[in-house]
Amino acid sequence: METYDVIVIGAGSVGSPTSYFLAKNGLKVLCLEQFPSSGQGQNKAAIGGVRATHSDPAKIKICQKSLEIFSQWKDLTGTDIGWKKGGYCFPVYEDREEKILKGLLPIQKKYNLNIDWIDAEKMKEVIPGINPERLRGGTLSPDDGQVSPLKAINSFVHEAQKKGAKFLFQSKVVALKTDQSRIVSIETEKERFSAGIIINAAGSEASEVCKMVALDIPVNPDCHEAGISAPIAPFLDPLVVDLRPGVEGKTANFYFGQNSEGQIIFCYTPQPPILGTNRHSTSEFMPIIARRLVDLIPRFKNLTIRRVWRGLYPMTPDGVAIVGKAPKIENFYLGIGMCGQGFMMGPGVGANLASLVTQGKSLLEEDVFKLLSPSRDFYAKKEILK
Amino acid sequence: MEEQRITKHPILNRREGKKIHFSFQGKTLDAYENEVIASALFAHGIHCFGKHAKDDSFQGIFCANGQCAQCLVLADGIPVKSCVTPVHEGMKVEFMEGHAPLPEDDTPVAAGKIEEIAVDVLVVGGGPAGLSATMEMAKYGVSILIADDKQSLGGKLSLQTHNFFGSTRECYAGTRGIDIGEHLAQSVMQYPNVTVWLESPVVGVFVDGKVGIMHKQDYCLVKPKVMLVAAGARERNLTFSGCDLPGVYGAGAFQTLVNRDLILAAKRLFIVGGGNVGLIAAYHALQAGIEVVGLVEAMKECGGYKVHLDKIKRLGVPVFTSHTILKAHGKDQLDKVTIAAVNDKFQAIPGTEKSFSVDTLLVAVGLASVNELLLKAWEYGLKAYGAGDADIVAEASAAMFSGKITARHILQDMGMTVFIPEEWKSMVETLRNRPGKLHKKASSPEQKLYPNIFCLQEIPCNPCTDVCPMNSISTEDHSLMGIPQFQDKCIGCGRCVSICPGLAITLVDKGYDPEGKTALVTLPWEIGEDILKPGETVITCKLEGEELGKGKVIAIKNSSWQDRRKFLLVEVPAEEADMVAGIRMPLLEKPPKAEQAQEPGLKDEEIIVCRCQRITKKDIVDLIKDGTRDMNSIKATLGCCMGPCGGKTCEELSMKIFREQGIEPRQIAKHVVRPFTQEVPLKAFLGKE
Repeated sequence: METYDVIVIGAGSVGSPTSYFLAKNGLKVLCLEQFPSSGQGQNKAAIGGVRATHSDPAKIKICQKSLEIFSQWKDLTGTDIGWKKGGYCFPVYEDREEKILKGLLPIQKKYNLNIDWIDAEKMKEVIPGINPERLRGGTLSPDDGQVSPLKAINSFVHEAQKKGAKFLFQSKVVALKTDQSRIVSIETEKERFSAGIIINAAGSEASEVCKMVALDIPVNPDCHEAGISAPIAPFLDPLVVDLRPGVEGKTANFYFGQNSEGQIIFCYTPQPPILGTNRHSTSEFMPIIARRLVDLIPRFKNLTIRRVWRGLYPMTPDGVAIVGKAPKIENFYLGIGMCGQGFMMGPGVGANLASLVTQGKSLLEEDVFKLLSPSRDFYAKKEILK
Repeated sequence: MEEQRITKHPILNRREGKKIHFSFQGKTLDAYENEVIASALFAHGIHCFGKHAKDDSFQGIFCANGQCAQCLVLADGIPVKSCVTPVHEGMKVEFMEGHAPLPEDDTPVAAGKIEEIAVDVLVVGGGPAGLSATMEMAKYGVSILIADDKQSLGGKLSLQTHNFFGSTRECYAGTRGIDIGEHLAQSVMQYPNVTVWLESPVVGVFVDGKVGIMHKQDYCLVKPKVMLVAAGARERNLTFSGCDLPGVYGAGAFQTLVNRDLILAAKRLFIVGGGNVGLIAAYHALQAGIEVVGLVEAMKECGGYKVHLDKIKRLGVPVFTSHTILKAHGKDQLDKVTIAAVNDKFQAIPGTEKSFSVDTLLVAVGLASVNELLLKAWEYGLKAYGAGDADIVAEASAAMFSGKITARHILQDMGMTVFIPEEWKSMVETLRNRPGKLHKKASSPEQKLYPNIFCLQEIPCNPCTDVCPMNSISTEDHSLMGIPQFQDKCIGCGRCVSICPGLAITLVDKGYDPEGKTALVTLPWEIGEDILKPGETVITCKLEGEELGKGKVIAIKNSSWQDRRKFLLVEVPAEEADMVAGIRMPLLEKPPKAEQAQEPGLKDEEIIVCRCQRITKKDIVDLIKDGTRDMNSIKATLGCCMGPCGGKTCEELSMKIFREQGIEPRQIAKHVVRPFTQEVPLKAFLGKE
């Protein structure tokens, strides 16, 4: 039975950068992935927005770390992962959204987030062609940005391999064997391994992995659809989030941006949430999102739509990710429940988990990191800028 | 510049209609009303439509079928596929350079509604399979919607100017493809329970059982009880240096330009691939007055019907078997091709390179089923069937039969009591047959007047046996695959000469010259009557195109049995009469000049595999060598399959590269196909006001 320092379950948005940071710290790392290559779970469904603009301090800090990693990646490795520092923008038309966003500014600023309220005139410059009627302004966080999830994950894997990490594909973990409070072996359908530390980064299937060691951690996926246009000349810098619920009664909010290739990439949050793991496209998505897009930016009517898809948001009850040492099992760590933000959180989570494993503590202040704790009460509060 | 239109064609009528005006790069040009932009540009000799945003490479026609996006132009400020977008009066067309800016049109769009309809059967594609299936189902009263992306029904039949093979009684053998298409189209239109949507590509199948269709400008959702995918086939492709140059495209695209739109798309043409598609394309080119400089086939023998091959060889097309295309040369469009002989492993043999100046290179290396909608429907649990090429690639005659059979399966599925005759099943198998054995030519009969049959390869075809009024032509056991033999009486009516799809029957009249020195041979002729004149001397050829001698044109007569095929009466020395199978086309009497060329070994970094995203063979080979075994990973890393065509050409080419690298198909994960099968204007999803 081959032995590793750390075994990471899942070569997705979280597992891949985690493997990279562990290998970078000199550990002998094995990453087990059920699919034939990395990022074939929910990573490839991500639209690639990366923001530190959250309401939860831990998420702000984690994503600031991610932004640092993504923005420096090309200089560090020479690989272009489509990083575009265009910021995140929340345009506001109604009282409700103005109150929510303005109410969050103090805590966001407290954690050094570069964010400000901008007026309607400025908003019209930031989002060319935005519907000006009743536009109040909104927030802009210029340090946020976008990355290609597909390119980024491949690069994390590639760099991790260069640092000695081993990736085994088509290797679905089927069992974790424990001896008292320790995992002593990890089994795929074909092989068995052991490791000092096991990290669960299994995305939408994280709960199932926890159950293998009798841990009940509530991570339940819901389904979101997304789409992408043909490229157009660059005109939109930030990723835009419109927090208004849709008049059609089926969307809680929607978001979109123009990626580094010039394509408009977009998604909405279904209201009510569609629970489950169905990843097949529906006929409903495009008509709903098209209407929302042109209502906000009428010139989008001349876009050409190339492709749609559907991915899963592994949700936690409070909308906050679960990162840290698992309860009860002493060599088991979790980087799960990313609530659809695994891609933007991934590198930050990976860097923190690597620090936790090698240094015994995360990169964040302890009381901030605790907000992500796997031992917390998952039903105590709800994150606002989910 | 003189318009590059075909004004005289032996089979097709010249294009008529209202002319309108549009502009290209500020210059006013004319076009026929409803003509697609690409054809209108070709008509004015414009073959290069834009530059790729990624590397400024020149872009032009490739699929001519709305499937790729290589022919993008800016039309009134919006990027459109020029091959499927009709030009309209005053349209401002511009060269596409880089990504177009989104027009700053900020007027709000009023609320609209998307039409949703329910039908019993949605037939995707109104070609031979879809139309035959519809006819079969329509009789039983089921409601049928045919959605077809073209301006008229008939599918690829509308491009086939030649007489069809197969069985006269069962599938219109001996009739031209264009006429079969027309006939089927008219037949289905008679049923009130059949609705036809033209210019209506089916763009997606969804998990809720609805199917998205672009009905002209409007996006509609159709909920069928059963979906029949009869979307035909698309052309396979080949990677070689310069394969992405404007001027290099598929034989199907060529037929669209030439036979549908009557555009003189080329002056000097080269063809890769000796299957039926390539051979027929050569013949169609000659009919349009285009010089066919040569045809290469990598195998030792051409795979198409021998009658097709012999026919073009006799006309004078040089056929290079055991040869491959090495390179397409040119700056903004093709001006030269280099070919080379290949060894047993299909590798080019250094020192055998030859170059030819040409302006167009057709790639005709086989067809692949257009079945992504079918596979998706199955994946999503919809009731769906495939017919014709979308199911199994074969001749159109087989597609018609497969449509009929599938229709009956669907009817059974809907609870109706219908039977599928055993002979239908065996017929479709026969029609799908690859050409069989070659036979020796029978010796000529001891009589003065007789048909001379040059049909020596077993193929599913029998019109000559049905058409002879004396019943003197038959195949062994009346088998469709049998070799036709003449025996007994001939009255010299020439029906067999005029119907034979392979142009493989002549009529020999040895009673023509009382002195017995010469004989009169009647040849089938459909290349154009004005290129030959009575009294002219022509070069006669044997079966496979070997020069035989000289003949004198006596007359070019109409055949009363076949409206657009002529009888070419040639006087030849009596002793040669039995060997005369055809004549050289005057245009091709002198073989084309080849330059000796030297080509350095092919460089993978020069070869474009994904034309949408400009991914080279080297990019893919590097990933495979790095251990990638997942098409999805190639997609993610390089962007293959994520361009406007969605992987319609590069996926298969990538799989081929995997094989070249020694990776078996079973080791490779296939890429996940998602809606839409072609790009859709966002506007369409807003519904109709």
